[in-house]
Amino acid sequence: MNTPRLEARHLTKRYPVGGRKGSLLHAVDDVDLVIQPGECVGLVGESGCGKSTLARLLARLIDPSEGTIHLDGHDTTALSQAAFVKSPDRARIQVVFQDPTESLNPSFRVYRSISDPITRLLGVEDTGELFDRVHRAADLVGLPRELIQRYPHQLSGGQRARVGIARAIAVEPSLLILDEPTSALDVSVQAVILRLLADLRERLGMSYLFVSHDLNVVRLLCTRIVVMYLGRVVEVAPTEQLFTAPRHPYTQALVAAIPDPARRDEQRPRLDGSPRSPIDPDPNTCRFHGRCPIGAERCTQEAPVLRTMGDDHVAACHFA
Amino acid sequence: MSALLAIEELSLVFRTRHGTVRALEDVSLTVDRGEIVGVVGESGSGKSVMAYAALGLQDAAAQVLGGRILFGGLDMLNAAPDVLAATRGREVAMIFQSPRTALNPIRKVGQQIADVLLEHTTFRGAALRAQVIEALSRVRIPDPERRAEAYPFELSGGMCQRVMIAMALACSPALLIADEPTTGLDVTTQAVIMDLVREMSRTSRMSTLLITHDLGLAGEYCDRIAVMHAGHIVEIAPTVELLARPAHPYTRQLLASTPTPRTTIADLVSIPGQLPDLRQELPACRFSARCERHIPLCDERPLPWTVVAPGHAVRCRVPL
Repeated sequence: MNTPRLEARHLTKRYPVGGRKGSLLHAVDDVDLVIQPGECVGLVGESGCGKSTLARLLARLIDPSEGTIHLDGHDTTALSQAAFVKSPDRARIQVVFQDPTESLNPSFRVYRSISDPITRLLGVEDTGELFDRVHRAADLVGLPRELIQRYPHQLSGGQRARVGIARAIAVEPSLLILDEPTSALDVSVQAVILRLLADLRERLGMSYLFVSHDLNVVRLLCTRIVVMYLGRVVEVAPTEQLFTAPRHPYTQALVAAIPDPARRDEQRPRLDGSPRSPIDPDPNTCRFHGRCPIGAERCTQEAPVLRTMGDDHVAACHFA
Repeated sequence: MSALLAIEELSLVFRTRHGTVRALEDVSLTVDRGEIVGVVGESGSGKSVMAYAALGLQDAAAQVLGGRILFGGLDMLNAAPDVLAATRGREVAMIFQSPRTALNPIRKVGQQIADVLLEHTTFRGAALRAQVIEALSRVRIPDPERRAEAYPFELSGGMCQRVMIAMALACSPALLIADEPTTGLDVTTQAVIMDLVREMSRTSRMSTLLITHDLGLAGEYCDRIAVMHAGHIVEIAPTVELLARPAHPYTRQLLASTPTPRTTIADLVSIPGQLPDLRQELPACRFSARCERHIPLCDERPLPWTVVAPGHAVRCRVPL
């Protein structure tokens, strides 16, 4: 049995709520996640469901309240977040952030944006080696070399997205977390970046965790998709199966909501209303209750756990 | 029957310190009663400038070089300010992207809807209050009496957009201009909001001009779609016809770069090159530098429209 690239167990993040002593906001609640070498896993869910918090936990940008994360067999949660920053494992997991306009330092030229993590995480000080590594990363993402001395504001949106990817892969990570990497881009540029990401994964053998709200985009790159709702994983399935035979009512609503000109005259089920509060949720009630079209009595007496639905497919619903 | 909104051969430039930006050139578009017309294009294509112009709203730096905008017979570009003010909000209303910033953060949402009614109707006192509640319940906001007393920050993004729509529809306008109304909302919320817009058009014969970058969304909800590129409308057709038989090379590439529930990563096509700099001297066809079908004839002015099917026109010398 191979060692998974990433293995998270019972990962939980709770935040104290200001002004309400003893109350806790359950941002991520008891999440298990395994990513195999070379695998691309999609993470979807509505805003506020905890997908970004989960991504930040996995990248060790924040400390979990409970649970463990193993990266290539190393327990990264054994170290505090502050100590992890200095550990050699820091380079193994890198994040490509949502908006390259926001996430690049505006006063750094492209060269420094890419070289900075190489110096900090790999300790490369030699000017010649640094130069080679920066250029190799720029070549990999198809960034023209003449742009390396420019500032972010002198680049187009697509070029900035390439810089964001170049600085993440420059330290040769084994897992890349992509947090909505194309949501700020026009479709024609998005297409280029998606193809680049698919190509890089093949060439460099990295694993991806692809966080996005756009199911049509997630579908293109991922072999398996994890659906979150209010801090919990509610369904995990191979991509095609998730789209053709979703089992959890939330996933069903999510798939039905994808705009599709081919189904323009069809009446489709709609999910109305807002999610319940994530503060001190009732441990015995399904988080989706109140918005769920099923909403039976059992759903308020016993919170559903993930059950197997067939090969590699799990869902957390009593009626799935 | 004449159209409710007719934009006729509109050309508009922005005079800036960095030169003259040729934002719209010879743009024509009509919207009939009860029709939903989509305007699709990438950022910088001029779709929002056109929408604002249709309301008689132009930036101080904007200069109209030619053309007319007729709304129910009213010349929007030359009407007196008080006539325009009476028309906006009553006959034609607009909803914007990011509803939370479009709403006044320090007034209750019920008061903000009442403001519109006070301006344009004779409802006062209890009748005014009843109209506000009616406006909120029409967009299916649960518990409208209580929600009328809420401030925007107390409502979710989807709920704020419903308030915006309630406000826009309060005076039963003949035309709704929706500028990226669901960008930034969850896909499930987007579906509910767009269903609502469609239902309003169907039941009250309201016309809608939907500005969006999302061809999939326009494809599902619009009767006709106009495709914009670099300040030109390059193609206009009934939705089903446009999606099945795009005639402009740009439309075809835009369709091929938009992920759908059926595309694979190998199908995904990117559009070579980028939008031309609108401050420079531009060729007759602004897509010519990016077009594989370019022939010398393409550079001759004026660039004519070709009707390829009933209601389907394309501005290209060598249509597909």
